[in-house]
This record gives sequence, C-alpha cells and structure tokens, in this order.
Amino acid sequence: MRHVKILLAAAFLAGLATAAHAQKREVNVFNWSDYIDPKALERFERETGIHVRYDVYDSLETLEGKMLAGHSGYDVVVPTSEPTFSRLIRAGALQKLDRAKLPHLANLDPALMARVASSDPGNAYGAIYLWGTTGIGMDPVKVAKLAPDAARDSWDLLFKPANAKRLAACGITMLDSAIDVIPSVLHYLGHDPNSAAPADLADAERALKAIRPYIRNFASGGAIEQMASGETCLALDYSGDVIQASVRAKEAAKGVSVKYVLPREGAQIAFDMLSVPKDAPHPAEALAFIDFMLQPDVMAGVTNIVRYANAIPASHDKIAAEIAGDTGTYPTPDLMARTFTVHAISADATRARSRMWARFKAG
Amino acid sequence: MRALVPAWAWLIGFVAIPAGLLVAIGLASPDDGVPPYVLGLDFGNFAAILSDSFYLGGFLGSLKVAAVSSLICLVLGMPLALGIARSPPARRPVLLLLLMLPFWTGFMLRIAALVGLLRDDGWLNAGLGLVGVAPIPMLHSDFAMYVGIVYDYIAFLVLPLQARLAGIDPALREAARDLGASGFAVFREITWPLARPGVLAGLALVFVPAMGEYVIPELLGGASSQTMGRVIWDEFFGNHDWPRASALAVLLLVALLAPAILARR
Repeated sequence: MRHVKILLAAAFLAGLATAAHAQKREVNVFNWSDYIDPKALERFERETGIHVRYDVYDSLETLEGKMLAGHSGYDVVVPTSEPTFSRLIRAGALQKLDRAKLPHLANLDPALMARVASSDPGNAYGAIYLWGTTGIGMDPVKVAKLAPDAARDSWDLLFKPANAKRLAACGITMLDSAIDVIPSVLHYLGHDPNSAAPADLADAERALKAIRPYIRNFASGGAIEQMASGETCLALDYSGDVIQASVRAKEAAKGVSVKYVLPREGAQIAFDMLSVPKDAPHPAEALAFIDFMLQPDVMAGVTNIVRYANAIPASHDKIAAEIAGDTGTYPTPDLMARTFTVHAISADATRARSRMWARFKAG
Repeated sequence: MRALVPAWAWLIGFVAIPAGLLVAIGLASPDDGVPPYVLGLDFGNFAAILSDSFYLGGFLGSLKVAAVSSLICLVLGMPLALGIARSPPARRPVLLLLLMLPFWTGFMLRIAALVGLLRDDGWLNAGLGLVGVAPIPMLHSDFAMYVGIVYDYIAFLVLPLQARLAGIDPALREAARDLGASGFAVFREITWPLARPGVLAGLALVFVPAMGEYVIPELLGGASSQTMGRVIWDEFFGNHDWPRASALAVLLLVALLAPAILARR
C-alpha cells in the first residue's frame, strides 16, 4: 500500500514538473553576497510564477570580469555606481531600462537618483537598490580608552598619525580598496576626491604612509569579521559592513561593541544599481524582477535584513526603528550634504593609483 | 604516428590555442567595450612592460617566492622521498596514498583550513595559549605564504623524486658502505648524483607553478608580497587592461619556457 502511495506521489510530482516546465519563466539574478531578503525572492516567485536563479559575488572585480567578457547569462546585476556601473554603461554592457514596464520606479527618491546622474546621465540604465557610505567603524569603548581626547566623529581619528599610533594597540583595519580609500584621503586633505593630479596623489600617499605602521591588516571583502570579533577596534569600511559587524558583535555578547561613524568632514556615498545586461536572455523577466523589488514593503524587508539604506522614502515606516533612526545608515540632512560621489578616472590615473596603493600596502 | 594524435590534439587544444589567444590579446589595444580590447598589432603593451621597473619588481618577487618554496620543498621532501623509496615495496602504495590523500579535498578547502589553523584565534594559537604563550600573528605573513605553498606543492616534488630513488640499485650504496664511506658520503657520492634527474623534475614541478601562484599569496601572504600573479590580477581586474595583463602572462610564459628549452639543447 505504501508503495502505491509513493508511486502516486512521484507521478503527481512528475506531472507538476512537466507542467511547470511547459511555461517555465525564469530570471537569473547576480547580486552581492548577503544582500537580499530571502522572503522577497519567495514572494516574487509566488506572485509572478517566475523562477529566480540567484547567484552572488563578493567583489566588483568578479562582476566586472564576467560582464566584460560578455555572455554572462545574467538578467539582473547590481553594480556599484562607481566605478563599475558607469564603466559598464560606457562599455555598452548594459541596456536602457524600459520605464513603461517599471511603474514602481516612481517610488525612488528623486534627490538620490539625481546623485547617480554623474555616473548615468538621465538615470537611463539603473534603479537604486541600496546605498551606503564609506566611513569609520569603531569600538567606541576601546577608542575612548586609548585616545580620550580625540574627536570620534572625524577622519582625524584614523588619518592623524598621533591618533593612529595610540589606536594601533587595539588594532586598525584598512579596507583593501584603492578606489574607496584614495578618494576619501584626497577629500580629507582638501583635494578633489576625483583628482588625478600626481601632486595630489603624492600628498595622499604621504598621508597614508604616515599611518601605515599602525595598520594591523587589510581587508579585501570588508572588515565585518575583524570588527565583530574585536580583533580590531578601528576600520575604514563600508557603512553596511560596520553595521552588520555591530549586529554580530551584539549577538556574540563578548563585550565587543561596534559603531559606524560618517565623519563630519564628509565621506564617499555609493549606490548599488539594479540594472540589466545588454545580452540578458530574459529581459522582460528582469524588468518584472526590478519593478517588484522597488515596492516599499519589499525594500523595507531588504533593509531590515541587510541593514543598508534603500532609496524608497515610502518604505521608512516599515523599517525597524533602530535602523531608520541610525544616522550611520540614514545620515542627517546636514551630513548628507557633505557626502561626495566619485567618478571615473583615466586608465593611466587608475594605474597610478593602484601602484601607489601597492607601495602603501608594502609599507 | 597515429598514436600521437591524442597528444597533439591535447597540445593544440589546451596549450597552443590558449597561448595564441594570450598573444593576440597581448597585441590588442585596451578599449571601453565588451570585450574590453580591440584586436590589432599594438606592441605598446610589451614595450611598456619591458621599460617599467615596476613589472621587473613583481617578476623578481615571484622569482624569490618560487626559489625559496622549491628549496624548502627539497629540504623537507628529500627525507620523505628517501623514506618512501627505501620502505618495503609492499608498503609503498600506502605511503604514497597518504602523501596524496590531502589532494582528494578541494584546493580552496585546504587553503581555508590553513587560514583557520594560522589565524590569531586559530587552532595553533589556541594551542600556544594553553602553554601560556600570547597569540603570535602568523596569518598574512611570508611565513604563512610559504607554509601554504610548500604544503600544496611538496607532493609534486616527492613523487618524481621517490620514483627515481626507488630505481637506484641498493647494491651501489651497500658497496660504498663496505668500502668505508660514511652515511653522508654515500648520499653525496651515490644517491644525490643518481637522484639528480628526479630532483630537477621535482624542483621544476614546484618552481614553475609557484612563479604564477596567485591564490596562496593573496589569501595567506602579507600585503608586502608583490608577485607576478598579483601584478597580472591587478592589471586585469583593477586596471581593466586585459591586453597588458595578457602581455605580462606571455612574457612570464617565455621567461619560464626559455630556460627549459635551452636546457634541452
């Protein structure tokens, strides 16, 4: 009797599978790791019947390498505004979004979309998924103990050698990313963060080398681990990483506290853009996916899980108060006004930067 | 002649064509596009590499890493190979199996395991902590990098070496001992000269891949280890200059092949 039941069940499942196969719609999504609310994917599949094949990367280089080689097979990718999103547009690797198929595009904050226009004039190629800033992560207790007189809302904490020297005792982690750190240093020194002038770069190199002896390690995928475990007490890192580290430190309850600070001098702001590769095999499903994500309740769910800010004001009242009220995630208008965006620099300037970075790391 | 067809097909498909593609992209010009280059005859990439001491630095860095790794592998691998070669023939397969067993797991898994072993709060430091030693930072250092490379490559040295050593007639050593040679003299006068082809084959199998090694220096090594693998990675992913990255790879290939070809003559 049991065998009959199993056989019947198998036949039923096989029937379902064929039925699904006959009208199988799918969308291949390529997103940052730990950057989605799994419930959103389930709901999208349930509501649209489109099967999501979800794949992740942990560095822009991985995404860019695949995209520039062509035929990636992905329908939705989430490149960061600079340098990747703008370069993919210039390379002709993305397609313009069909606004008629994206009614929820209107949910996006126009002020934030305007800030992406330097990478994508007219916002033709992308919709903001999540965004963040690059500032300082710290354990405020340890920092206050070692450098009680230093202002804790300033880049001075890291870039002033006297401060860095004292804080080296509890560990300093540097984000291993020339494109994020060098503009921040240029900005701190009063130069244009996009400057490619050799004199400005030399200035930044001097400033970095002055604190090099006090840096314990370089983190290529962000410093979540180092900060959450208390291995280091100060890091130049992405806001979202630091906030995730803070959550993990709290969960571990080992006396480590982590806080994100957007320095008062201003910091880089970056946007991760939902976009569609030019050779996407399922462009209609890609647009359906993007439009689905741009609903206030869906984006609120994403922000609640990954703790990065989204660009949909109508989602705010559904976001947990501790996230919506955190000025590290949602900066005050005053701090927001002091953030800066970077733009593409020439190949030679990029090379000069990456070599300077190699020299700096080598110490 | 027909028996060689698979060998030629393999060489053409997996050596000649990829190398030809590398040369073609090496002679292309970088461009904003998909793919990010335009084919042509641009010798500028090669000229820029040869005239820029930065690349020479990366090459010398790799040369050092490869030479040091090969030497450590030889020093550690020689006793191992001797031990296997001189054990009873019935036991050798088991010993060889033990040598190769780690390779049954994935490469990345083995490196990740080393990370777990060497990190500040890792197993090694936990063990040191039990005897009252403060944690020693080991990960992201030259030490960790060499541990990783030697661990990963030593079997490539031991395998050809032990095969060679096992082929040496034990009567030669016994005769030397009977004539009064010391243990070391036997090794120097008999074993070493006869083992040399095996030593050279083993060293080459470690040295050549270590020259281009990227993953181990990146995951285990410190920020200061500038190797060709990292230089090429930077050009490809960091600067998006596929032609220059390809030209570097071609030159590295030439630098590794030329001595081998010359040595054959």
